[in-house]
Amino acid sequence: MTEAVPSYLSPTGQEIVFLLLGAVAVGSALLVVTTRQLVHAALWLVVSFGALAGGYLVLTAEFVAWVQVLIYVGAVVVLMLFGIMLTRAPIGRSADLDSGNRPVAAVVAVATAAVLVTVVIDGFRTAYTPLTPGHGAAKELGASVFATWVLPFEALSVLLLAALIGAIVLSRTDIPGSPPDETGGH
Amino acid sequence: MHIVYPAVVSALLFSVGVYGVLARRNTILVLMSVELMLNAVNLNLVAFDVWLRDRLHSGQVLTLFVIVIAAAEVGLGLAIVLALYRNRRTVDLDHLRDLSEPADERPALLLSTTPAPLDNRQPAPALDGGRADDQSAERGGKP
Repeated sequence: MTEAVPSYLSPTGQEIVFLLLGAVAVGSALLVVTTRQLVHAALWLVVSFGALAGGYLVLTAEFVAWVQVLIYVGAVVVLMLFGIMLTRAPIGRSADLDSGNRPVAAVVAVATAAVLVTVVIDGFRTAYTPLTPGHGAAKELGASVFATWVLPFEALSVLLLAALIGAIVLSRTDIPGSPPDETGGH
Repeated sequence: MHIVYPAVVSALLFSVGVYGVLARRNTILVLMSVELMLNAVNLNLVAFDVWLRDRLHSGQVLTLFVIVIAAAEVGLGLAIVLALYRNRRTVDLDHLRDLSEPADERPALLLSTTPAPLDNRQPAPALDGGRADDQSAERGGKP
């Protein structure tokens, strides 16, 4: 952490791979927020999350990378696609995906990016760590989760159960006592 | 690995997510942008965990927790969006203005909102005569 910092002008292979993956992730994220087709946004989200999983792999966080692939690419994006289909969104090109405050949003985003990048570069210019594989393997992470972090882990399982029940209650319409479904009468 | 690289990538991803949340109108696209911001945070957590060589792996474990919470959030968010779509026939954020101040609402926006059975607790705006027409017009417009 405090050893001499190698030069930025001679990047290692790992850094080059990570930067390429980061470029893919940021580029496809830009396409997610600018594309005119709803389904394409979900598919570009897959590319972005996949590139991020590759970045985790380069950073030696293997287990997090596979969890990212399984949960984000496998579950979350599929759920998003289900949402798109169930709300009968227009499949093709649609012009009204952006609201009127697009210029303001662009200004805010560019300002956020400028502030964050400036602060981060200024603060972590000398931070360097050599990557040693194995520290993010499932064995080490599992030991850590089930020894040190077991209480938040259990709390999280309760949270997941609550979210499951909440989603079921929210999406069912035939629960007695709930207000009548307005669309059923029409 | 210079820590600046993941930190900068994460900052850029976060700003892209901020842009998406502010600029998009479709609720599902806003949820996607929120996911992008969560992923930016995850990248930071992993990078700093690797940098600090945490023996307890708190960064990576917290990343796993954030991923789980994001999954729960997407599930609940989509359930809310579907309930919204059932009641209003739209997921357009610009048309969901029931909680805004009545003075701010321009007549066009007021006319385009359709009241739901859930909000008859609040005092209804004085538009009772036009409700049925608005609903049928909106539903006819969006098959």
